[in-house]
Amino acid sequence: MAGMVQKDIKRLSLYLLFAPFALWIALLIVLPHLGMFYISLREKVGPRVYEFGFENYTNFFLEPIYWNTLLRTGSMSLLVTALALVLGFPIAYYIAKIAGNRTRGALFLMCLIPLWVSDLIRAFGWILLLRETGVVSSSLQWAGMIDTPIEFLYNDAAVIMGLVYTVILFMIVPLVSTLDGMDKSMIEAGYNLGGNGPTVLRRIIIPYAMPGIVAGCIVVFMLTAGSYLTPILLGGKNSSWFTEQIYDQFITRYNWESGAAFGFLLLAFTSFVVWAGLKLSGQTLNSTVANN
Amino acid sequence: MQSNSENDLECIGVKRHFGSVRAVDDVSLEIPKGSFFSILGPSGCGKTTLMRMIAGFESPDAGDIRIKGKSVIDTPPNRRNVKMVFQHLALFPMMNVYENIAYGLRCNGVSKSEIETKVRDVLERIALPDVANREITQLSGGQKQRIAIARCMVLDPDVLLLDEPLGALDLKLREAMKIELKLLQHQFDTTFVYITHDQSEALVMSDNVAIMNEGKFVQTGTPQELYHDPSAAFVAGFVGDTNRWDGKVKSVAKGVAEIETATGLTMRSSVRGERTPGVGDAVSVFVRPEFITTQKAGGAAPAIGKNKNVLEGRIDSILFNGANSRVLVRDGSEELVEADVVLTGGTADLRAQDAVRLIWSAEQTMCFAS
Amino acid sequence: MTTNTVFLTSYRLYVLAFFIFLAAPLVAAGVFAFNDSLFPALPWRGFTLDWFFSDTEPKLGMFHDRRLLRGLYYSFVIASFVSLLSVFVGTCNAFLFVRCNFPAKNFFYIMMVLPLVIPGVILGISILLLASTVANGVEETLALELDFLRPGIILVVLGQFSFITTITSLVIIARLRKFDESMEEAAFNLGASRPRVLRTITLPFLFPAMAAGGIVAFLVSFENFNTTLFLVGSEAPLTITMYDRMVKVGSTPVLNAVSFFLMIGSALLALISIFVQRDTPET
Repeated sequence: MAGMVQKDIKRLSLYLLFAPFALWIALLIVLPHLGMFYISLREKVGPRVYEFGFENYTNFFLEPIYWNTLLRTGSMSLLVTALALVLGFPIAYYIAKIAGNRTRGALFLMCLIPLWVSDLIRAFGWILLLRETGVVSSSLQWAGMIDTPIEFLYNDAAVIMGLVYTVILFMIVPLVSTLDGMDKSMIEAGYNLGGNGPTVLRRIIIPYAMPGIVAGCIVVFMLTAGSYLTPILLGGKNSSWFTEQIYDQFITRYNWESGAAFGFLLLAFTSFVVWAGLKLSGQTLNSTVANN
Repeated sequence: MQSNSENDLECIGVKRHFGSVRAVDDVSLEIPKGSFFSILGPSGCGKTTLMRMIAGFESPDAGDIRIKGKSVIDTPPNRRNVKMVFQHLALFPMMNVYENIAYGLRCNGVSKSEIETKVRDVLERIALPDVANREITQLSGGQKQRIAIARCMVLDPDVLLLDEPLGALDLKLREAMKIELKLLQHQFDTTFVYITHDQSEALVMSDNVAIMNEGKFVQTGTPQELYHDPSAAFVAGFVGDTNRWDGKVKSVAKGVAEIETATGLTMRSSVRGERTPGVGDAVSVFVRPEFITTQKAGGAAPAIGKNKNVLEGRIDSILFNGANSRVLVRDGSEELVEADVVLTGGTADLRAQDAVRLIWSAEQTMCFAS
Repeated sequence: MTTNTVFLTSYRLYVLAFFIFLAAPLVAAGVFAFNDSLFPALPWRGFTLDWFFSDTEPKLGMFHDRRLLRGLYYSFVIASFVSLLSVFVGTCNAFLFVRCNFPAKNFFYIMMVLPLVIPGVILGISILLLASTVANGVEETLALELDFLRPGIILVVLGQFSFITTITSLVIIARLRKFDESMEEAAFNLGASRPRVLRTITLPFLFPAMAAGGIVAFLVSFENFNTTLFLVGSEAPLTITMYDRMVKVGSTPVLNAVSFFLMIGSALLALISIFVQRDTPET
């Protein structure tokens, strides 16, 4: 029967299509993470002698510098996420709803162009602007506003600004695409029914944009917490970002067990924050990130 | 089984279930060569499933489908000489008109020069000789329609299936395309099987129409038969406009029943359908608006024959639509009855709130046992 | 009325300030490539193209700097492989998730999206750990040296591929969702075989998304740093080479020249990808 042959073809094509997906996810995502977890549970008792246990994790909690770094990374990432949302929302709203048709495309494109430029170049640009001999400092001197050069780099403010700069595009893009779908008449109806600016924003625009807000926040938070280059280059050697600790354990101290444990803790910590954020906002991973 | 080779398409006891839903339930049909056949039914009645089985996109659970007398059950869809015009036409946007029409010929390995002549020829026949190099997006709705048909007809199919292709067009174009489709069918002299939920499309174009409901064919016949002699309450209610009452039979004699409706009216009606209802049986009564005569009440009551029904009422509103104007009359039981009227624009015309008398004959009233 | 105009004007000023903020570091990184000075800093000492084309120290231009050119070459090789691989797997994923039905489909879809939210550093070290563990195990038990599992180009390609595939998948899935399946049926109905339908109807329809996905993959791979850092061997791609130079030598205008070159290249590719995606007939 033709029907049977068709069913066989369907099944065969399902297997053939599933194979690359399964190989990719299993070999490059699931297995490495399981392996990392496995290694993080090994304790080195002698050269090439290992035992199982939670020592790598207890070390982390016993050494304040480690968990302080993680907490610092987490709280600064949250701050960066909040700043990116507050600064990015008006821009996204302007692009999606206020700009004329032609400017809209141009503005959106301008938003995207820095996205295609490497982290490294962006950080390099900031260094040239902010360091002691940089553009900002020498311009201020030239204008007579300061007498001696000022170092704007290597402090938390510089790190936060650099991170906001690096990730804000990932906030704006999903926001624009959600706000784009919102009918202008919805806002007009809000005003028409007697709302004023703040109530329309709070009752209509923000609830509507919620999936975009959550999607943007998740991506921004993950990118920030996992970033490495920006804190190092703008914050200097003592910026104490958690990814630096991981790099340090792996490359400098060659302590893979403890590095794996740190990596796993970062993953668990960021996943927990994202999960909590999803729960608080009543969204799912599928309805937010997957849609962009 | 001996097949009649005069039939382009036959379905014999075709069934298709989706889970517990009987999408197509034991459908048989015969379509003679060169005719325009419509399958008319409400959405979800199984007509699309039936068409997809004929095209080969679905396989029937039971039954046989024959094209020119030969079973095609085991033939894959790309080897069946049944072509299909899709609901949204499914023209290929990445190809121009010429490539769209040549697509099927290329699949069949026809030589380049022959493709060239065939495409020119079919474009000539659909009266669009100059559009070969246009992109699909540059065509109007009606032109796309014709290209979709040409793309199939260039392959010289035994049967052309059309799946509600006029649905996406606006009203005016739809009216024009009805006539055009009928003319194209004559010109190509190919069997068209047309699926629609729009009764006016089916009635205007078809030689024969099958009324489908809940997976079954309820009645098959010419448009006139379906309209004037429906065999079931569903057909009477679905084809054409009609007034409908539910009631009980008080007496039956010589094919005429006296019925008391649920709202308390009494009327006489001819008995239709397969089953003759007995006294006390529930029936549905139908009468079409054009068979009801509307008179102003008062004045001398005209002589009314024994087989006439009379109803007094007041005009609730007038639905003016030129020659197809209609009045809504509210009768004593507060129900609305529709009746066609001629409005000349003179002073004698009916107006809202006029008291009127509605008269129609028992022969033109149809009742079916429910 | 006046409060409204004041509000709108300040809103516009804010938007303007924002875009200046966006552009500032990029302009700074680009402009100093043309400053005739040994340091990428003010004052402006006149226009020069030396940092691109000069072949003598101390102003060795980027097109004569062997290590930078080699980095560029490796970046190009890596990005090409990553974009080919990720477009291929992304296309398979699109058909898998749009056309097929299988148990736990939602779960697998989340698995597919997941690599995008895993920090790049973690992706890098987890793949490094697994590869090294396997390579060490094989070396100890079978005395076989599996070079491809040691840090190097192959691991970098795999590491970048592991999250870039999510991006290409999402781009291609979005396009395939818009595809009207009756178009395939129509082609079938007109006598085309299954492979022919795929070749003449479905893939041409998907092509803009595949091209755009490929370009995005190429760019993301080219600029990736976090994942690459852990997997890189002796064949360092451009970002790693630049980082080394920055840390060891300090900033020199040749880095500005490279930045300028990369920004122009990225902008061109991004424009092409937007053009390819826009230039498709609406269905």
